[in-house]
Amino acid sequence: MIVSYDKCLHCGCCVGSCPKNAIYLNDYVLEFNKDCNKCGRCVKLCPVAALTMERA
Amino acid sequence: MKKFNCDIVVVGGGPGGSMASKYAALGGLDVIMIEKKAEIGAPLRCAEGVSKKWLAEIDVKPDPKWICADMAGATIRSPSGYTFQLDESKAGAEVGYVLERHLFDKALAEQAAAAGAKIMMRTGCTGVIRKDGKLVGIKARCMGDEIEIYAKCIVAADGFESQVARWAGIDTKLEAKDIDTCIQYRMTNIDIDPKYCEFVIGSEAPGGYIWIFPKGERIANVGIGVQVAKCKHGADPKYYLDKFIEKDERLKKGQILEIVGGGVSTCPGLDDSTADNLVIVGDAARIIDPITGGGIAHACRTGMYAGKVLTECAKKNDFSKNALKPYEKMWRDRMEDKLYRNWMAKERFASLSDDILDDLVKMMGDANIGEVNVHNLLKAVKEKYPQVVEGFEDLI
Repeated sequence: MIVSYDKCLHCGCCVGSCPKNAIYLNDYVLEFNKDCNKCGRCVKLCPVAALTMERA
Repeated sequence: MKKFNCDIVVVGGGPGGSMASKYAALGGLDVIMIEKKAEIGAPLRCAEGVSKKWLAEIDVKPDPKWICADMAGATIRSPSGYTFQLDESKAGAEVGYVLERHLFDKALAEQAAAAGAKIMMRTGCTGVIRKDGKLVGIKARCMGDEIEIYAKCIVAADGFESQVARWAGIDTKLEAKDIDTCIQYRMTNIDIDPKYCEFVIGSEAPGGYIWIFPKGERIANVGIGVQVAKCKHGADPKYYLDKFIEKDERLKKGQILEIVGGGVSTCPGLDDSTADNLVIVGDAARIIDPITGGGIAHACRTGMYAGKVLTECAKKNDFSKNALKPYEKMWRDRMEDKLYRNWMAKERFASLSDDILDDLVKMMGDANIGEVNVHNLLKAVKEKYPQVVEGFEDLI
């Protein structure tokens, strides 16, 4: 996952919504772990479109 | 690695965490509350509107220090601009204060500290520790250092992020229709009525609503929640909110002082809010009003219940799921019916067309509703539009 920190509000919306509990918000940095199955929910719901999927 | 021992470790220094810490500490327990952020109550993730009555329930006196504005009522605005005004005399418990969350949250944390709880800032939980399958503590990062905190019971008060419960094996997963994604601007130089909270419903905020909560004469929290299942464009909350502001004569000259985001669950609460050596409170337990998205009162109540029940558990040194049952019972007795009813109502309202919402708001203005609250509004809807409440009419 690519995070644009120019946009990210550190709001945690992606963290609590992640069906795999694969995102951790370490205060100001988003960490994605190996459980991420690229379902794209976080990309879709981010209120400011700070997340984009990495190309395979 | 540094290790700490205590009776209760509370993850999260929001209202739920502070209330749980306060009541557990008052019960004589050794409590450590950890907070990931660098400041309690900030950055904001909230619209700051609350009703008034529940403060007495949690034994907190309203303090002008953290009350930013006292509301005279609320206005509901339909898609075509019909409005329905709820005045304080009629709105009762549903009208209230707009808070200063950064001060309110600190005031509650102060109470926890005064009761004897220890607070560790910049300390984020990163996992749970099990011994022979039993939960015995948490792993955390404290100012960059890995630490372990061992406790007889963990209180998960980590808010919408709700990760502690999941690490402990409880399913807090949400469906896309039960999440609203939100953005809010603190706007100044706007021409609003400083005594009325406003709620705008309809397709301008798909599956959610737009709020204008005054923080003074020409300043307000202007925000939006959009149901995730209805998100289409990417950055939908920002897209819809900007569109609304641009069109609204009162807001379009406004300037933004602060931008915050956040997520809110709109389901009726977890099926399981306890496990052996674990209690989940507030937003983390998905205990939020599914219609309004309000969770401060719920977090305070559940935090208080948790602290009191933990005190009783300590007397027998039993923090098993069975011993924690009274917690589950206390919050369900107080709130579950209403949460379930409002969840059903939310599902239905999210599916209504703008035309029907216009009709409903017009109808509310004509109907003779005694004290205006969600329950009485639903009763009025039931009378005129029984199809809207079909399937949960028994709860109304």
